[in-house]
Amino acid sequence: MSASTHHHGHVDQESIYHDAVWHEHNSHEPANQHDHHDTFFSKYIFSMDHKMIAKQFLVSGIVWAVIGGLLSALFRIQLGYPDEHFAFLQTLLGHWAPDGKIDPQFYLALVTMHGTIMVFFVLTGGLSGTFSNFLIPLQIGARDMASPMLNMLSYWFFFLSSMVMLSSFFVASGPASAGWTVYPPLSALPEAVKGSGAGQSLWLISIAFFIISSLLGGINYITTILNLRTKGMSMARMPLTIWSFFITAILGLLSFPVLLSAALLLIFDRSIGTSFYLNEIYIGGRAILDQTGGSSILYQHLFWFLGHPEVYIVILPAMGIVSEVLSVNARKPIFGYKAMIGSLLAIGGLSFIVWAHHMFVSGMNPFVGSIFVVLTLIIAVPSAVKVFNWLATLWRGNIRFTPAMLFAIGFVSLFISGGLTGLFLGNSTIDIELTKTYFVVAHFHIVMGVAAFFGLFAGVYHWFPKMFGRHMNSTLAYVHFFVTFIGSYLIFWPMHYQGMAGLPRWYYNHNSYESFSHLGDLSKFISTVAVIVFICQVFFIINFFWSMYKGRKVTEANPWEATTLEWTTDEILPIHGNWAGDIPTVYRWPYDYSKDDREFIPQTEPAREGEHVV
Amino acid sequence: MTTFLIVGIVVLLIAIIVRIAKTSEMVSVVKGTKETMEENSKTFAYIFLGFMFVFFGGIAWSLMKYKSHFLPESASVHGVWIDNIFNLTLAVTGLVFVLTQVALFYFLFKYRQRKNAKAYYYPENHKLEMWWTIIPAIFMTVLVVTGLFYWYKITGPAPEDAMVIEVTGKQFNWIARYPGKDGVMGKRDYSLINDNNIIGMDWNDNAGKDDIIPTELHFVKGKPTKIIIRSRDVMHNFDLPHFRVKMDAVPGIPTTFWFTPKYTTEEMRKVTGNPKFNYELACAQICGQSHYAMKMAVKVETQEEFNAWIGGQQSYYTTVMPAAAPAPVAVDTTAKAESKKAGI
Ligand code: HEM
Ligand SMILES: [Cu+2]
Ligand SMILES: [Cu+2]
Repeated sequence: MSASTHHHGHVDQESIYHDAVWHEHNSHEPANQHDHHDTFFSKYIFSMDHKMIAKQFLVSGIVWAVIGGLLSALFRIQLGYPDEHFAFLQTLLGHWAPDGKIDPQFYLALVTMHGTIMVFFVLTGGLSGTFSNFLIPLQIGARDMASPMLNMLSYWFFFLSSMVMLSSFFVASGPASAGWTVYPPLSALPEAVKGSGAGQSLWLISIAFFIISSLLGGINYITTILNLRTKGMSMARMPLTIWSFFITAILGLLSFPVLLSAALLLIFDRSIGTSFYLNEIYIGGRAILDQTGGSSILYQHLFWFLGHPEVYIVILPAMGIVSEVLSVNARKPIFGYKAMIGSLLAIGGLSFIVWAHHMFVSGMNPFVGSIFVVLTLIIAVPSAVKVFNWLATLWRGNIRFTPAMLFAIGFVSLFISGGLTGLFLGNSTIDIELTKTYFVVAHFHIVMGVAAFFGLFAGVYHWFPKMFGRHMNSTLAYVHFFVTFIGSYLIFWPMHYQGMAGLPRWYYNHNSYESFSHLGDLSKFISTVAVIVFICQVFFIINFFWSMYKGRKVTEANPWEATTLEWTTDEILPIHGNWAGDIPTVYRWPYDYSKDDREFIPQTEPAREGEHVV
Repeated sequence: MTTFLIVGIVVLLIAIIVRIAKTSEMVSVVKGTKETMEENSKTFAYIFLGFMFVFFGGIAWSLMKYKSHFLPESASVHGVWIDNIFNLTLAVTGLVFVLTQVALFYFLFKYRQRKNAKAYYYPENHKLEMWWTIIPAIFMTVLVVTGLFYWYKITGPAPEDAMVIEVTGKQFNWIARYPGKDGVMGKRDYSLINDNNIIGMDWNDNAGKDDIIPTELHFVKGKPTKIIIRSRDVMHNFDLPHFRVKMDAVPGIPTTFWFTPKYTTEEMRKVTGNPKFNYELACAQICGQSHYAMKMAVKVETQEEFNAWIGGQQSYYTTVMPAAAPAPVAVDTTAKAESKKAGI
């Protein structure tokens, strides 16, 4: 591609941005004077600045992560020490833990809410919300999102959704308890489990708001990336972060509406007597005669049609962040940039046609199952390509071990480990043995849960200086990394063994079967490490909030010596509008590290005479 | 008291680490943060290399230690196929795992930041990329083909002479039903369910009057066994871990799974070296409060033992309608049930 590639004029963008947001300024000098117009509310609460909205998502995500983590610590105590009573549990949970022992139904509520919170509120809302918002305008050279208003609404729908979900902890019958996938009929019938009463209603309402938030965000991300790229920033020059946010947003836009339909039909079954999912049920001492003919398998198809893309919605942004951080800190271009984009596209596309690998033993026609086996194992190929390209990026680098880099490295290791176990599960024959056991729990926690968290941490450590103008403390970050990295393997690796011993998930007590009771000591070990790793997250929390106000001030504009546009803002802490002067023009791709005896060449540097630029 | 002590110690430890971290930051600022990072890179390189050895060592050690915990040799014929593909996949993925993790940690070690060193500008190599797309694709093909070959064998139709048993899941136990002497299971209708008719047998259908609802599941060694799996309330999952059998129990939609038991309970006791070994039926799909304890005892025996056992069972009809005459009791529970598929 030549240096003069030019998709969208500077002028268009300026006028869009001018009309949409800033009434009072001449857009060519979006100077700092505008500060005095800001009230506390317009600056921190109903902000339309993409950077503030990103921070709102980030802080909300952290709060949710603490809650989600706490829930898992609580149910791990039950699993590790099933015969003991802990007074503090009763203090904390009241009648949900009589005599200091968690009630079996509340155990299911804890597991359900842990999964829901982590998957949707932390790793979708928190991760995409933070980095898509923060990085898209800054890295493509835009003053803000295409619609700052929709962007603000996206956060506030997320907030509303959060509040509804949180409130479900305080209803008498407890929060939703049917697992994070809330399969009916369990989730449809309050007689089946208490959490399927008011708690499940709140869950569904909350998820509906969440989907609205996600759609508003997604539309905005896509529009912004397509239309507001600065001069010279062709699609083929976008950093992989932007590519991953772009594809993630498309996946969300196409799959979340299906979850909304699934949820709506469930709401109808629960409240107005339809029977989309219900059939021939006898419960609570009576046969439910007027709701027959539905199929709970239908729900599973609808759920996983979102559910599988959703796991990629979680992991793709993390992959983008990791690609960027690895390249910056290896001081090398990302290896196979085009293949990285190609594999993102392939994974994105294929993720829509593998969903039924979650349903191999649902009674589905075995022929249909076999089609999904083929498609599922195809998706492993682009995943493998990504891993090889990351490794090749490190090869002959000059690797700087920044905190962000450590987490990016951890991500690669975890993604390998967790991706490979997918090959067992994707093979329907083996899945008969492993499905619904702790092997699945190990698989998705390593490949999605922990890996995506590592992407999140890498992103926070890397862009914190740009977000807050201060550095985080590296030593605390190193402690945080090693405890979390080693701890995560210690927690989730043994779960493969439990799965290979047949132990099913969602069990309140691992000793209730003779077949599994010998796994008790492993469960205890896992629980102990889980509690320690959870506590050690305070090193991150302290570091984050302390550094926000008291951290060492950033003095150089580009502390990591990176090439991308966010490090070119006139001020270290970019103003509303990002660049005080003109938006920079881009002349090359973002990965010119160690090229031609230069440590790095910013994207804004024109090609020298005779230089070949991408 | 101990709680306070523990909390106190934890808080103290955290405070100390935070203190040290702050001090070390000040030191690094004095020295120059760039210089500190360069100096540290060797330390990290060694830590990661050390981690790699401990990681692999730990995996090897734990595999040996917990090997005995894994499911023992399969007690069903098809389970052995599953175990074989599992092992094949383990070999393939294990190799990839070791190669890629070693590459990762070795590169970190070898290419750590060094003063005045420079990275190698190497943006792509199409040939290399082509190879590492093709090779995984070949491996995947092998895994898919072997997997599906057995998948079709396992999920294919049950042999004509299979013994048919119906198992219904409910909160929170399983209800097994064997056809009586007539080899045919009577009709059922969920609207007839009550405490005295737990699966809604239709007593107008005489075929059901000799059906047996025992409290244990009994299988016959070497006899293909087809389970018709149903649920009367929420979803459950019929899980026989030792037989490598799992199938959802879906309300209103019967599912099936067939398999051939390979070892009697007695033989399995020898295989496992556990004289108290017993097969168990578990529930593997979250179904509510007592999901974790929704079990049923399972016994595998010879045909003679089975005949004796089922001969001693009363029909469900006589147990719930004591006034009725005892129905004749079944011995043969095979193909006919299949052909009539009563009650489904
Ligand atoms: C390398 C390719 C992968 C393959 C072949 C694969 C395959 C599978 C299969 C077949 C299952 C269903 C297992 C079962 O329930 O029996 C599964 C579960 C799951 N996978 Fe993967 N997977 C892969 C990568 C990933 C990635 C990258 C993520 C997320 C980032 C992910 C997240 C999950 C989650 C969340 C579940 C469990 C959902 C639940 O049941 O609660 N997987 N995977
Ligand atoms: Cu999936
Ligand atoms: Cu269950």
